[in-house]
Amino acid sequence: MATVFLPYALRKYADGAERVEIAAKTLGELIDNLEAAYPGTGDHLVEEGRLKPGLAAIVGHMATRRGLLQKLEPDTEVHFITAISGGSGVIDNSRN
Amino acid sequence: MVATFEPKTDYKVVGTRPIRHDGYDKVTGRAIYGADVKLPGLIWAVCVRSPHAHANIKSIDTSAAEAHEGVFAVITGADMPKAESKLVDLGEGNINFKWASNKLMADKKVLYRGHPVAAIAAIDRYTAEEAARKVVVEYEVLPSVTNVVDALKDDAPIILPDMVGDDLGEDVTNTNMAAHVRHEFGDVAGAMASAAHTVEREYNMQMVHQGYIEPQNATATWDEEDRIKIWTSTQGAFPARTQIAGILQVDVSRVKVTPTEIGGGFGGKIPVYFEPLAAILSKKSQRPVKMVMERTAVFETTGPTPGARMIVKLGADANGKLTAATADIWFEAGANPGAFIGPAAMCIYAPYEIPNTRIDGWDVLVNKPKVAPYRAPGSPQVAFAMESAVNELCENAGWDPLNFRIDNASKEGTRRGDGVLFSKIGMQEVLEATKESAHWNAPIGDAPEGKVRGRGIASGYWFNIGLKSSANLAVNSDGTVQLTEGSTDIGGSRTSMAMHVAEVLGIGAHDVRPTVGDTESIGYTDVTGGSRTTYATGYACWIAANNLVDVLKERVAVLWDINKDDVEFNDGSFSSKAEAQKTIGFKELAGKLDDLGGPANSTGSVDLESAGDGFGMHIADIEIDLATGKSDIIRYTAVQDVGTAIHPAYVEGQLQGGSAQGIGWALNEEYYMQDDGKMANSSFLDYRMPTTLDLPLIETVLVEVPNPLHPYGVRGVGETPICPPIPAIANAINDAIGKRLYNTPMNAGSILKALK
Repeated sequence: MATVFLPYALRKYADGAERVEIAAKTLGELIDNLEAAYPGTGDHLVEEGRLKPGLAAIVGHMATRRGLLQKLEPDTEVHFITAISGGSGVIDNSRN
Repeated sequence: MVATFEPKTDYKVVGTRPIRHDGYDKVTGRAIYGADVKLPGLIWAVCVRSPHAHANIKSIDTSAAEAHEGVFAVITGADMPKAESKLVDLGEGNINFKWASNKLMADKKVLYRGHPVAAIAAIDRYTAEEAARKVVVEYEVLPSVTNVVDALKDDAPIILPDMVGDDLGEDVTNTNMAAHVRHEFGDVAGAMASAAHTVEREYNMQMVHQGYIEPQNATATWDEEDRIKIWTSTQGAFPARTQIAGILQVDVSRVKVTPTEIGGGFGGKIPVYFEPLAAILSKKSQRPVKMVMERTAVFETTGPTPGARMIVKLGADANGKLTAATADIWFEAGANPGAFIGPAAMCIYAPYEIPNTRIDGWDVLVNKPKVAPYRAPGSPQVAFAMESAVNELCENAGWDPLNFRIDNASKEGTRRGDGVLFSKIGMQEVLEATKESAHWNAPIGDAPEGKVRGRGIASGYWFNIGLKSSANLAVNSDGTVQLTEGSTDIGGSRTSMAMHVAEVLGIGAHDVRPTVGDTESIGYTDVTGGSRTTYATGYACWIAANNLVDVLKERVAVLWDINKDDVEFNDGSFSSKAEAQKTIGFKELAGKLDDLGGPANSTGSVDLESAGDGFGMHIADIEIDLATGKSDIIRYTAVQDVGTAIHPAYVEGQLQGGSAQGIGWALNEEYYMQDDGKMANSSFLDYRMPTTLDLPLIETVLVEVPNPLHPYGVRGVGETPICPPIPAIANAINDAIGKRLYNTPMNAGSILKALK
């Protein structure tokens, strides 16, 4: 089971939980299963079949460069944070 | 799986200090910068800029300018393609093309002083400037806001009425708050309530500029086949291409970007400014168009780093262990969304292990130029707040600030403020090296009469990025190797790349001839930024060199009529496994390639996760004149975990340069804003940056903990050293005068005020 550290803005979908356990072999599968368990989370993480622009997924200690195809080791940690340096929001930038 | 490497020490080229390949061209003036680009039929363009920080454009009349003799084309916001509102990754950061386009040319509203409202191309620069004065713009001046406090008031003028802000995942409208993010882990309130010692302070910092010497520039052609060619000073030809194509709404393959030499960037030359405007003017005029920015416009309109308001609270137990921390951070984004709240959150607590933490960050619009990356964007600001608070906590409790940092240092298994777990890091080694350093163990000495001295320390952190890089190699018949790589060279990286190749091939650094490619001569390469270049592009060079060895083994196999697998390569020489006496050196083989299959080429490319976390610790000694408040840095040392230093002089230079910029930020630099939103000090005469006369030789201690993620152990180094100077100097001032300053710049006036 992967431990998913939920961005603060997504904790409302999981009764305020800081982290949840999700079974998955890839990052894409993890987000699908996260959405199934906690509806509403997926839209914040995926756009047009890819990780949302401005968002980085940390798998273990590293920001993955494989996107949703990233394979997950058992018992790994997954974080969703701002991509590198330019953005401002964890989940989304402002828009219009 | 990510590849890892065992550290080596027996290098022949790595760790040496060859003369940089671009050195002679630069010191003799032969190097071609953006302003030097000349093309047949070239014309010049200038912008008409808003004198107001915030105003509606009621009308623009360009007819007189268009009729002016020598004018070829005039554009306004109406000529800008309507870019869609979409966030796109740029490598180091991201871009929303709608806002990026709006930043370059106002549409119905100007959002900051200097905001272009029109651009004019003419036979020469002076004619363009003359015609620009004939453009008549009618403005409806609006109230402006130039700091985060005013911008968030209920009655604040709204800068972007159509922006939807993101407040912890909820949409908000009619606001200057582009985003509010939070990271919270553990029982923060409980831990803070039970802490034996606490400190809570507010810190404020003014916006500052990167201060690169070379202004922004661009030369563009838009030809009959809709092919756009751009020559520009940029930190990344490919990210520039992405931006230009997105703003102009054309396919990336229509745009070719040729990077010229670059006279400094520090993050500020990742965004494009003139490139799309020059291209549109070229399309209209059917001439090559060149634009070079004036210094005032560089200050008023190109991305500085955010001004900030921060409130930090720390809690520690009676034994001197940090137990809780909270931070509220407001950053100025400028007139479009996107300050650096994310990296600020990643960096603020990174040097420490703190079990319970909360960070709230707000990205706030103000009527100032849109901010751009500046060397560890977001980290120096939060380092000022955090490292000042740590020292104040220590002072109040009677703890030694260096031992406190050692006792609370982050290590493998520590969580950053954004929750991410550290793998092997070098913070503890840096602290030990600081404790053993000559500077730390030397007395500060007695101050002359009328002056006092103080010493301060502070740590700093940058996470260092990896990303995409490409390199190509080709063997010349004289035994040299042509290297083409995609990273624009700001700090001598061509030589570092050549050294990567030379080490593999067993040849000298100057036997490799490095060139920075354009977007049609090399594969995709991300920005020169994020402390990634030596790590990622060096890694690509290492792969290309190893691939070249493989190609050459095939040629040796032909030469000796043996199987390729029976060819060995060591120290620049090929040999036969079966017949040890059969050997041929790299250079000799290069001269025989015509008979062995012709050109020998190779390529290497990477897309890497991280350049390894970078930690530094600085020691500052300051001397203050009690009568005037004037301060002098009398000794300064930067200690940093640099991984393996490929070219130690460059690494030392990065530490010295980052320190110098941080010292200027601490003591003098600021956007001094008038009430009407005008920057009052938009020249190098009034915007006071330190020169060599203001600073002592910055001493460096390179702590070389090899990065296992790179074949030679390279770790990103360029950004971490700008983080500690501001708090180190604040702590030194406090040590000298017994008064703590909570705002930057900590100039003579501020010090004098504190003394009274």
